[in-house]
Amino acid sequence: MSAALPPAVWPHASAAATRLLQIDPRSGGLRDRLANDLPEILRPGDLLVVNDVGTLPASLAGTTRRGPVEIRLAGPPEEDAGPRSLWPAVLFGAGSWRQRTEDRPAPPPLHRGDRVVFGRGGLSARVVSVSKRSERLVDLRFDREGAELWSTLYRLGRPVQYSHLCGPLDLWHVQTPYASRPWAVEMPSAGRALRPPLLRELRRRGVEVASLSHAAGLSSTGDADLDALLPLPEKTEVPGATVEAVARTKKARGRLVAVGTTVVRALEGRAALRPLRLGQSLTRLRIGPGHVLRVVDGLLTGLHAPGESHFELLQAFAPRGVLDSALRHAAAAGYLGHEFGDLVVILPTRATSRG
Amino acid sequence: MGHAGDSPARRDLHAVDEDPGDRVGEELASPVEMRNRSVLVTGGSRGLGAALGAELARRGARVVLTARGGKALRRKVAEIRAAEGDAHGLVADQGDKASVYPVVGAATALVGPLDAMVLNASSLGPTPLRELSETECEDLARVLEVNLLGPFRLARAVVGSMVLRGRGLVVGISSNAAVEAYPAWGAYGVSKAALDHLLHTWSVELRDTGVLFLSVDPGEMDTAMHAEAMPDADRSALASASEVAVRIADLMESDRLASGVRLPASRLGSAA
Repeated sequence: MSAALPPAVWPHASAAATRLLQIDPRSGGLRDRLANDLPEILRPGDLLVVNDVGTLPASLAGTTRRGPVEIRLAGPPEEDAGPRSLWPAVLFGAGSWRQRTEDRPAPPPLHRGDRVVFGRGGLSARVVSVSKRSERLVDLRFDREGAELWSTLYRLGRPVQYSHLCGPLDLWHVQTPYASRPWAVEMPSAGRALRPPLLRELRRRGVEVASLSHAAGLSSTGDADLDALLPLPEKTEVPGATVEAVARTKKARGRLVAVGTTVVRALEGRAALRPLRLGQSLTRLRIGPGHVLRVVDGLLTGLHAPGESHFELLQAFAPRGVLDSALRHAAAAGYLGHEFGDLVVILPTRATSRG
Repeated sequence: MGHAGDSPARRDLHAVDEDPGDRVGEELASPVEMRNRSVLVTGGSRGLGAALGAELARRGARVVLTARGGKALRRKVAEIRAAEGDAHGLVADQGDKASVYPVVGAATALVGPLDAMVLNASSLGPTPLRELSETECEDLARVLEVNLLGPFRLARAVVGSMVLRGRGLVVGISSNAAVEAYPAWGAYGVSKAALDHLLHTWSVELRDTGVLFLSVDPGEMDTAMHAEAMPDADRSALASASEVAVRIADLMESDRLASGVRLPASRLGSAA
């Protein structure tokens, strides 16, 4: 949450031992905890909602007749991955994750109809359209489909990662413990510590755990104009069981705690359709300081710095002053930032959203 | 992906007045029915795995088969589809650590979150089979890698999602060699005994989570693997893989499944 907070440069061996800063948004009270303390921090009748998507190896090295390019898939196709599916993607120029994205050269400009070839074995894609808002944002159509396409993507793709890490990630580093359909292009990392033993302990104590699927997109491109568009519209699916769990929790005045900012966007976005109901949609909602939370009361998330869109979202949960002092505490106490870093939970003492 | 790609059979389950985009997360007719379930079967290009894949698809499951050889796998998938089954094939070696998350990711992309997995692929080790004193350490390690670590890694990558959803079924294909000591079957038998114990331990750890673990000894079947192990056996006395597949599919659909159980071949027919 501040420049003084050093990033975690590699995944923890033991995610459950991740530090957790508990923030009372009203009093500004802070407590140093561990992720493993969550069963004590939450109360029977509270509801945790997690994002159950798996993470694709979304970075693909490609060649075009205009030069080399790195493609970062920005999400899954809106529909099934069939032959006509369009994959949103962001183009990067030469270089690799080891450089800061803002230091990388611009990609060669691609136009509608241009072909990108990936690796040996001949996977290729056509540029179907280029966004009017940024020429680095394109829609691609691959020349394969189904099992053949997915196998090839998994063979050629690498996890999207940034220069603060000390080495190349493997695919297993970017999966949450309960990951399922691979809709995310960056890991919804707030749930990293929620391994099966911790989930069981939470449930044993009467905390409900429900899930939704939200296609977490790219967090940064290094291009200010493009970054201003993030997060792009993202696919969300809320199952009926989760709608019921939310209703039950609201009725009993339990607290709904989102695990990760993607869950906040997904739930608040779908709740805006009023009432919250099951189904699939594109979430366009952007959440900042003025947002009045409809269904979410609390948030378990990483430590986010001012200037990130995630920090804007945090201000819907706690006043800026409380967040700033929490950040100063975290920096002094040696908390680590970024996707493999420590966690905060912003937790009101009572349910606050209207439901 | 997954739910959005409903098969016609899946659609039949739902009220017709619902917007197709909203058909997600609802409960199925029976907690044990294979219809509309997503199932991963390893070693699915031949023998019991192929027969079980076909049988589960016939019952309406969305099936993903894995195998090392692409050609036989494609043929099997095409056969199942020709019979109007929902099947997909992924080429993968169960002994390769790097293949685990690609298989789970691609499988869930194709058929949705996995409801069941059948850990069927296994290796005999070098044939003709040989006594332990003639078994190379590296050969034993390789058998354990494929028959024990492979299933462990795959199940580990999926059970978290099953625990979250509060349901799931993991079936390990075992062997009589896991409980009886037969000369020359040491490497294979040890790996299957360990697989049984792995699933048993998991069932204890995840008791009350809704995730079930089961070991099944399919008995002797007339398969290529059987011929490799016992080239001189009388094939006419052996069960066919498709008969056994029907019994295992019945078992997977049984509402009397007890987690942590090991079913010997003698009980397979009557269990479900």
